[in-house]
Amino acid sequence: MTRRRHDPGGGVARVAAAGARARQLSGWVRRWYGANPLHLLALLAAFALAGYAVRAVVAAGQWRGFAAWFIVAIVAHDLLLFPLYSLADLPLRRLLPRHLTRQVTRAPPRPGPGDPARAAAGPQPAVAAPAAQQTGWQHLSAPAGPAGPVTEPVAGPPLLNYVRIPLAFSLLLLLVFSPLILGLSQPRYHRASGLSTGPYLWRWLAVTGVMFAISAVSYAWRLRRLAARHQAHRR
Amino acid sequence: MSGLKWAGQRTAQPDREARRAARQQRAAQRRRAFAASAAAERARAAALARRAAGAARHPADHPPPGPFRPGAWRSPLRGLWLTSVLAAVLLAGLAILTVTGLLSYAAYDPLLPGNDQTPGAGLVKFYLFSWPTHPSWLYRVDQGVHITLGLALVPVVAAKLWSVLPRLFAWPPVRSLAQALERLSLIMLVGGVLFEFATGILDIQNYYVFPFSFYTAHLYGAWVFIAGFVIHVTLKFPRMVRGLRSRHLLRELRTPLAGTQPEDPDPAGLRAARPAAPTISRRGLLAAVGGASLTVAGLVVGQSIGGLSRRTALFGPRGLSATAPHYLPVNRTAASIGLTAADVGPAYRLTLAGTRNVTLTREQLLALPQHAVELPIACVEGWSVSCRWTGVRLADLARLAGMPHPAAARVESIQQVGSFRAAVLSAGQVADPQALLALTVNGHVLPWDHGYPARTIIPNAPGVHNTKWVSKITFLKQVTGMAVA
Repeated sequence: MTRRRHDPGGGVARVAAAGARARQLSGWVRRWYGANPLHLLALLAAFALAGYAVRAVVAAGQWRGFAAWFIVAIVAHDLLLFPLYSLADLPLRRLLPRHLTRQVTRAPPRPGPGDPARAAAGPQPAVAAPAAQQTGWQHLSAPAGPAGPVTEPVAGPPLLNYVRIPLAFSLLLLLVFSPLILGLSQPRYHRASGLSTGPYLWRWLAVTGVMFAISAVSYAWRLRRLAARHQAHRR
Repeated sequence: MSGLKWAGQRTAQPDREARRAARQQRAAQRRRAFAASAAAERARAAALARRAAGAARHPADHPPPGPFRPGAWRSPLRGLWLTSVLAAVLLAGLAILTVTGLLSYAAYDPLLPGNDQTPGAGLVKFYLFSWPTHPSWLYRVDQGVHITLGLALVPVVAAKLWSVLPRLFAWPPVRSLAQALERLSLIMLVGGVLFEFATGILDIQNYYVFPFSFYTAHLYGAWVFIAGFVIHVTLKFPRMVRGLRSRHLLRELRTPLAGTQPEDPDPAGLRAARPAAPTISRRGLLAAVGGASLTVAGLVVGQSIGGLSRRTALFGPRGLSATAPHYLPVNRTAASIGLTAADVGPAYRLTLAGTRNVTLTREQLLALPQHAVELPIACVEGWSVSCRWTGVRLADLARLAGMPHPAAARVESIQQVGSFRAAVLSAGQVADPQALLALTVNGHVLPWDHGYPARTIIPNAPGVHNTKWVSKITFLKQVTGMAVA
């Protein structure tokens, strides 16, 4: 707004003077209002449009409920739903174990890295480990034998997201479809469709179960991959 | 102190003992006075410093505890880039949602008297046009997109609100009139989007807990939202572009949890002042939001697409029921309107009113030329099914009533109370050769729940404009001056 005209003279002097006056006015609005005057005009236009829409709601005699639901929607999200899901996240972070571990058995350390036999063998595939030693999930590390193959725990990826993401998906479905899942709309739903809301609870439980199962399988797969990589690298 | 020392160095004459004692006393007094004055001076200085500090730290700069403290927001993922990515998705998504919604309103032909569910629309009707009958799938696609996309955007809206929520507690709450007005406009935006989502989601599940008409509220709520949306995009678009350019999307999508760093501080203050260690990567959060969108949408979209996908519509309000052979979802059962055998039995008569009045029994209707059409029936609630209908052309019935080219037709149901017991059809809808008074669906006599003995089926019309249990069709020479039902 403080840009100057490069050539204020000649036939455009009057225009320049008007421009200067406009800039002066604009500067005054800026100081008084706190932004470009166009900002004010645009906002006023938006309020006018919204006001025009609300006018029809007032005419329909429904503005009280309308306004209440507008405000309740904001309050319910910002001051109820948001704090609730933020709080729900805390115990998950505190109580869940950081990760699950898997026992990996590998052969006793070979001589040195310069050993030609080792270089020739290359990394061994994970299946080379004796199946009997692969004990699956364990929180406790089993003591490794002094001689022969060494068994040690390999940590999986952080567990948190494998629990809270399916949980969040499940709660989202519950939130969105609660009238059907909890049967809240049963009377009207039945009158409209001739059907019952009964099956929706079971479908929700089934979908929740499937989501947790997918999460568990993908965790197990990643842990297995990490363990295999560990085995291959340390050999 | 120095005075005392000087006195002690003087002579030790006994006659001067008293004067010395007095001098010591005075010195002690001076010392005490000095100490007192020094303390006072210190106190004064401290008070001045406090006052100076108070002047610098205006109450406005001293936020109340809790979420108003900048340090209270710890997530390391919040920042201008993340908010901008979510904003870009919403900019496209909410724009499509708005356009499909406004088209859906046009599909009701609210300019025809009696069709408008939203009294007093006034200038809001500025864009309306006579709703076409072709392509016959337009309403089906429009409404399917509106419902499915709306559900898919729920997680995105939630994530976007999460990303900017610290701004709700910005302190001081108001810095200028401009900022105050802008914050006020956010009521239209945030209130509008939550209001529209809430009313829409409750409506498709027939859960009418709101103290207003769905059509009125959803339409005018939409216009309040549009006002808030347009102004928000106008004011924030440059910042969104800056935010999108502040990080590389592809690099972000390659960054795992271990490499996830907080964004750079931004003037909007979205980045946490004291970011905690991340528990999820930025790509992980985006994947979770996108995955939630696909999950919610994927569990309903089958109700609109039909075919085999209908079996996946676990949360479609009519989804799985429609997988039964020849089953067509019902919206309003015969039982709910109290239909009896007396209404639809041998005593049933269809009245046609035009330049002459004609009364027809069901048998007489069957004796008229029958036509077959393959047309979808698409509900405002999102589900749609394509069916094969047979019946009498509305154009033939208009000719029977002595008015081959009516300006409009009012179709009334046996149903006595409740919404959509009548619909006004445009000239184009009556004239369309595919517009039927249907007597069968998918090779079966119309079931009671689907409007036995006769219902209209109009190409590309919203489901509720295909009136069931038709008792009377009034063909009109002109539209103006028609009684509003």
